[in-house]
Amino acid sequence: MAARAIWKGQLKIGTTKVPVKLYSAVQDRTVRFNILDERNKMRVKQHMVDPDSGDEVPDEEIQKGYEIEPGRFVILTASDLEALQPPPSRDIEIEEFVDQDKISQQWFDRPYYLGPGEGDGGDKDYFALAEALQKQEKEGVAHWVMRNKYYSGVLRSIDDYLYLFTLKDAREVISANDLAKPSGAAPTQKELAMAQQLVEMLRGDFDASEYKDEYRERVEKFIEQKAKGRKPRLQAVKTKRKTESVEAALAKSLAALKKGKRAA
Amino acid sequence: MPVNLFPAARSNRASLRMLGPDGQPLARRYYAERTGKDLDAEDVVRGYQLDKDKYVVVTDEELERLQPEKTRDIDLKQFVPADSIPPLYFERGYFLTPAAGSQKAYKLLAETMNKSGLAGVATFVMRGKEYLVAIFSDSGILRAETMRFADELRSPSDVGLPKKKDVPKASVTKFEKLIKTKSKKQFSPAKELTDKQTDDLLKLVKKKEKKRSNIVEVDTEADTDRKVIDLVQVLKKSLAGKAA
Repeated sequence: MAARAIWKGQLKIGTTKVPVKLYSAVQDRTVRFNILDERNKMRVKQHMVDPDSGDEVPDEEIQKGYEIEPGRFVILTASDLEALQPPPSRDIEIEEFVDQDKISQQWFDRPYYLGPGEGDGGDKDYFALAEALQKQEKEGVAHWVMRNKYYSGVLRSIDDYLYLFTLKDAREVISANDLAKPSGAAPTQKELAMAQQLVEMLRGDFDASEYKDEYRERVEKFIEQKAKGRKPRLQAVKTKRKTESVEAALAKSLAALKKGKRAA
Repeated sequence: MPVNLFPAARSNRASLRMLGPDGQPLARRYYAERTGKDLDAEDVVRGYQLDKDKYVVVTDEELERLQPEKTRDIDLKQFVPADSIPPLYFERGYFLTPAAGSQKAYKLLAETMNKSGLAGVATFVMRGKEYLVAIFSDSGILRAETMRFADELRSPSDVGLPKKKDVPKASVTKFEKLIKTKSKKQFSPAKELTDKQTDDLLKLVKKKEKKRSNIVEVDTEADTDRKVIDLVQVLKKSLAGKAA
């Protein structure tokens, strides 16, 4: 079944506008639990309490505060918070384009699909823009307002479709450039050659379908069994650790790989 | 190869606390709807919903025993060209620093990956969960990005996007021209990625602080040992081989 658009807007590049719809590209697969009252297995509710007295504080008495130092808060009133909200807009402003490798993976937050919106030439402009971005190998730096929040992101074209990725805030991300390289002796030529050989043997193309969330699968299977009234058996957790020299580990890995290749 | 893991991002959003009428920080508590009584951690259990009012109870111990084996090792499965993984997969970043005794292996891996332009695809156990990660060498420092699994992503047909239509060449050319005129060589995260709402909020807080208006103070005996951790300093220490 087709997904429902979570937002409608328009890409604005200079004076050119392309109507689009926004869809989440992520499908939540987390196994979700509810908190239950142990005695009757009924859902519980949550409320805010004063931890000292244990008394409930009703919603209308709750204030919001920014902690400037431990125990010292600046109160922000409802009207303060409302005034901080950005003015509503339907424009996704694309002010500049950069080469596709300019923005490090570190910045990427959530992916969204853009689909053609309604309006003049929606489909045609959508696919024309996707093709143009792909040909130029560029991506657009985007700013927009959605549901009372500012967003920064990047507009990219992948396999004929447009994607909008939200990007993290500049204050959040730590760059490797601000850190010093790790201490310790440099590897020898022999070690580098061996490592290079090992890496080459493990070289391949990224195929996401080769990897599965095994923990999630185990939890799902366990729940299924338990729901049927069975007592599923659980394996004991093993912990084993061994250390060996880099060279010995590399040699062993190489030997194991060579053997595997021959067998295949 | 044992390594230490540090988040590559700090939470810097201006988060607000919920306070009572006298400014006292509030706590969120569970309570039973019928009796209205608060419930402690030992009074509640975790349930997976099968049907309305029908749950399978799953205990902490059961979940713990389903967890993968505890290890600090990165299990490298594959090496792929660093730019070949679509950004759709990336979730959260972590810096890896060498654990005691693994400086040599760490440097060797970082240098080899740098030279070959490859990223490692690996699995890694953290907080009782197995993560799929892509490992990049960022000028000698290893950075892991946790990845979404393939079934957590939708395809264009899952979303119901229309099939690609052939478009007149002139339309494509029009957009190509537009892209060219608006292209820049550099990207400046500090300029482009600073949330205005957070900025405005912090400014308002400063203004109120100066004017001494709307300020409340409460006794914080309970949490005086809460310290602000400077993540960059912790990382620098760890990379230098000192205990963090």
